[in-house]
Amino acid sequence: MTSTTEFHDKSTTPTDNSFLQGVKDCIPTLLGYISIGLAFGVVGSASGLSVLEIALLTILVYAGSAQFIFCALLLTSSPASAIIVTIFVVNLRHLLMSLTLAPHFTRYSMLRNVGFGTLLTDETFGVAVTKRMQNGKLYGKWMDGLNITAYLFWILSCVAGAFLEQWVANPEKWGLDFALIAMFVALLVLQLSSVNKNKIMHYLILIGYMAVSMYGLSYIVPSHVAVLLATVIVATIGVVTDK
Amino acid sequence: MTTTASMVWLIIGCALVTWLPRIVPFMFVRSVKLPDVVLKWLSFIPVCILSALVFENLLDTESTSFVTLDWPVFITFVPTLIIALVTKSLSITVVAGVMIMAMVRFFM
Repeated sequence: MTSTTEFHDKSTTPTDNSFLQGVKDCIPTLLGYISIGLAFGVVGSASGLSVLEIALLTILVYAGSAQFIFCALLLTSSPASAIIVTIFVVNLRHLLMSLTLAPHFTRYSMLRNVGFGTLLTDETFGVAVTKRMQNGKLYGKWMDGLNITAYLFWILSCVAGAFLEQWVANPEKWGLDFALIAMFVALLVLQLSSVNKNKIMHYLILIGYMAVSMYGLSYIVPSHVAVLLATVIVATIGVVTDK
Repeated sequence: MTTTASMVWLIIGCALVTWLPRIVPFMFVRSVKLPDVVLKWLSFIPVCILSALVFENLLDTESTSFVTLDWPVFITFVPTLIIALVTKSLSITVVAGVMIMAMVRFFM
């Protein structure tokens, strides 16, 4: 097993798998990181987080939508347990991405694999599966270049946004609170545009079930619990009704 | 530049529950294989949870005893969705959405 993969490593050109190539392949995603990062810094500040707390959240959690939800839950005075459970469920999608990528890195050490997983995001996942489609293989140095570039730009953008907030007196007036909703809308559209054509109706019906479940559950549970319950219920409906 | 101990612990808790799903498959993919039905269930999670988060923001659960649409947000949501569908761009959608929301707040 190991000798075969080493043979393949030698047979490809070094530019395909270099750290620098990973950095270059990250560039198209940077505008997304910078705009969402700045927006997060602003929203975080507006939610009452200090610059230090924004930096800690960004460095330790490193997950765009989860960081926004963290702020939203803080504002509604949700208990810590509810915040942690919600963040867990929101980020559970990484499990699927991690499962998809992990088989391509089994030739690397356990420690390096932990490194690949630690810096996995929606965007780096998207770039990596595209790279795998083009090259048929993924390389550790390339993955590190991609991951570390994304991570550094995310941290810088979030902290810059936190400082920017001090010049934006009333973020709601400028519509900046909508950055979060707009991001979810765009991510949803991007998810759907990657769905196979003959499955799109199935997904649209599931989104219809989500609307009904969210509306109904909003009467009986807090909205963040409604998000959890509706997702678990409708994903299960998705499995049952899948052909 | 301040924080509290409880906030640091909360962030560490969130970091741990985010980190584990990211690394566990990378650590154990060689010895454990998830059943197809679980993988299929997980494949529906992104679309479900993202639409849940959109719907959560479109609903107003506080103003009246009935759950209604949050009209300023809904009025902004419609053109934002169209822009997302046309551009398929995260950054353009976010910037345009913020600008439309600012205009809606200005006029409503």
